[in-house]
Amino acid sequence: MFSVMPDQNVAVRLRGLRKSFGAVEAVAGVDLDIADGEFFAMLGPSGSGKTTVLRMIAGFESPTAGTVELGGRDVTGLAPFERDVNTVFQDYALFPHMSVLENVEYGLRVKKVGRAERRGRAVEALRSVRLPGFEKRRPAQLSGGQRQRVALARALVNRPRVLLLDEPLGALDLKLREEMQVELKEIQRRAGITFLFVTHDQGEALTMSDRIAVFDQGRVEQVGTPAEVYERPSTPFVAGFVGTSNLISGEAARTVLGKDGTFSVRPEKLRLLLDMEAPVGDGDHSATGTVAEVVYAGAATRFVVDLDAGGRLIVLQQNLDVSSMDVTALRGGRVRLAWNRRHEFAIAS
Amino acid sequence: MGSASGTPAAPASPTGRTAPVRPGPRRRVAAALHRHAGVRLSLLLSAPLAWLGVAYLGALAALFVTAFWSTDSFTGDLVRTFTWANFHDVVTIEVYRTVALRSLGVAAAVTLIDMVIAFPMAFAMAKVASPRAQRWLVIAVLTPLWASYLVKAYAWRVMLSSDGLLGWGYGLTATVLTLSYLWLPYMILPIYAGLERLPDSLLDAAGDLGARGWRTFRTVVWPLTFPAIVAGSVFTFSLSLGDYIAVKIVGGKSQLIGNVVYDNIGAANNLPFAAAVATIPVVIMLVYLAAVRRTGALENL
Repeated sequence: MFSVMPDQNVAVRLRGLRKSFGAVEAVAGVDLDIADGEFFAMLGPSGSGKTTVLRMIAGFESPTAGTVELGGRDVTGLAPFERDVNTVFQDYALFPHMSVLENVEYGLRVKKVGRAERRGRAVEALRSVRLPGFEKRRPAQLSGGQRQRVALARALVNRPRVLLLDEPLGALDLKLREEMQVELKEIQRRAGITFLFVTHDQGEALTMSDRIAVFDQGRVEQVGTPAEVYERPSTPFVAGFVGTSNLISGEAARTVLGKDGTFSVRPEKLRLLLDMEAPVGDGDHSATGTVAEVVYAGAATRFVVDLDAGGRLIVLQQNLDVSSMDVTALRGGRVRLAWNRRHEFAIAS
Repeated sequence: MGSASGTPAAPASPTGRTAPVRPGPRRRVAAALHRHAGVRLSLLLSAPLAWLGVAYLGALAALFVTAFWSTDSFTGDLVRTFTWANFHDVVTIEVYRTVALRSLGVAAAVTLIDMVIAFPMAFAMAKVASPRAQRWLVIAVLTPLWASYLVKAYAWRVMLSSDGLLGWGYGLTATVLTLSYLWLPYMILPIYAGLERLPDSLLDAAGDLGARGWRTFRTVVWPLTFPAIVAGSVFTFSLSLGDYIAVKIVGGKSQLIGNVVYDNIGAANNLPFAAAVATIPVVIMLVYLAAVRRTGALENL
């Protein structure tokens, strides 16, 4: 489930981490190694334990069992103020009675950094998140995106070994979120700090991270690069949560693929053929079915196809030279799906 | 489909079209009120405003006017001619100044004691206790409010009497203790409400940025709950300033403003002078409220 790294390169190491709240086991044994300088995502649905893991790394919760190491040092029993990490909170948690500058300076003031240096570093941090000139504003006078940047500056100015981000983009609207995804990645590269962020948005995790840990019910289901997690999901849960679940199993697998088991094929790997008799390539599998639903989404169209052999597959097709009128006419029609065998993966069920 | 008679199944007017139904009077009034928000508001507020104006402000005004009258020293009747004499006496006669300052000191001491006790209590309720324990603690804080004031004051009298549980005797200290006990819930509840509004993430954030408990309290918790604390102090301060019953029960010989007012209404039969003395706490409270208005505390009441 986890790869072992040499100690000096490990920013965060979790071993056998567990957390129970009364009878509920929120985190049920997590082992993870996160490398220095990595942009690491903990992805999962709400209640999967990812935020609790983050809070245990920050020190806000103490684990029921297991250890947390930061840079090779066991910090399991230490308070938040004794750990070399900083957090960007989901609600940003800016101090409403302080100006932007006072917020950013707070950590340095606590660490008794001299006035001139403090001011210089805070102003620099605000410039790095593209908020110069906002020093005197109050958090209430900022937009959601600006508050998010202040929260980022307030954490980064302390130059922590690891920056923890709890659903950092969750409160932003779509356009701003996409902008911030690119920008966060840039900031991380420039700062050279390990970013460990929690999200329930698979798109966000796939775009931003070097590696992803997929969480479900307090456990890590799979750890890997975005491509590994997306192209080769190791469990049905991962196949369903990251991207669209497209599973062929049971009778359908025997009929179409000629083998037993559960297999996953991503929607964009499927080709939709209208000619039922058209020949398919050597390395291809194909199956016939009926189009149950057509969803036109501008750049692409999603077809929901019920296979004759049983089961249902989603097909994603680029709208290269068709329009909404053309594709919706296919609803209820007979089609044939074809895909290269390279793109079907067995899944442990 | 069409029936033999050629008429649709639903009954309709002879023209074949349904005529617009004229809404009933109740609907028309409701619609008119919906359009005129001002009328709606004044209808809602007229009764409470009338009550407030006549019963409350009216009584205060009557009191204030009375303070400028006097009594005939032989007959004891009211003399309704304007005079500054009562206020002159209140300001110049030593004993009234002493009583006023003593009352102020008692009110301040009670407020301070309640603050010191209430804050940790409210903090435990809002931030530390489990939701279940939290409910029980709120009940525990509220329960004493259901018991009669007199019962509680006499309970303290029994405890403080020389052969009682505490046996400290009566006097100013006893008054301060008893009043602190009586008004404590009025300090706990606003602070509790203020702490409830303080997001937990702000406490986490302070710790995350390196602050220990005391620093977090000083730089984050205190400034953000200060308005709630002031709101609580408005209660404890004004209730202490006007109290005379607890003072009568446990206060021994040290009198407060309330007792002076009471004695002048009863034993001395000098209503105008009582009215003049009664304006002292009103003035003190007005000054206090004006001072705390700047903290935003009045939005917390």
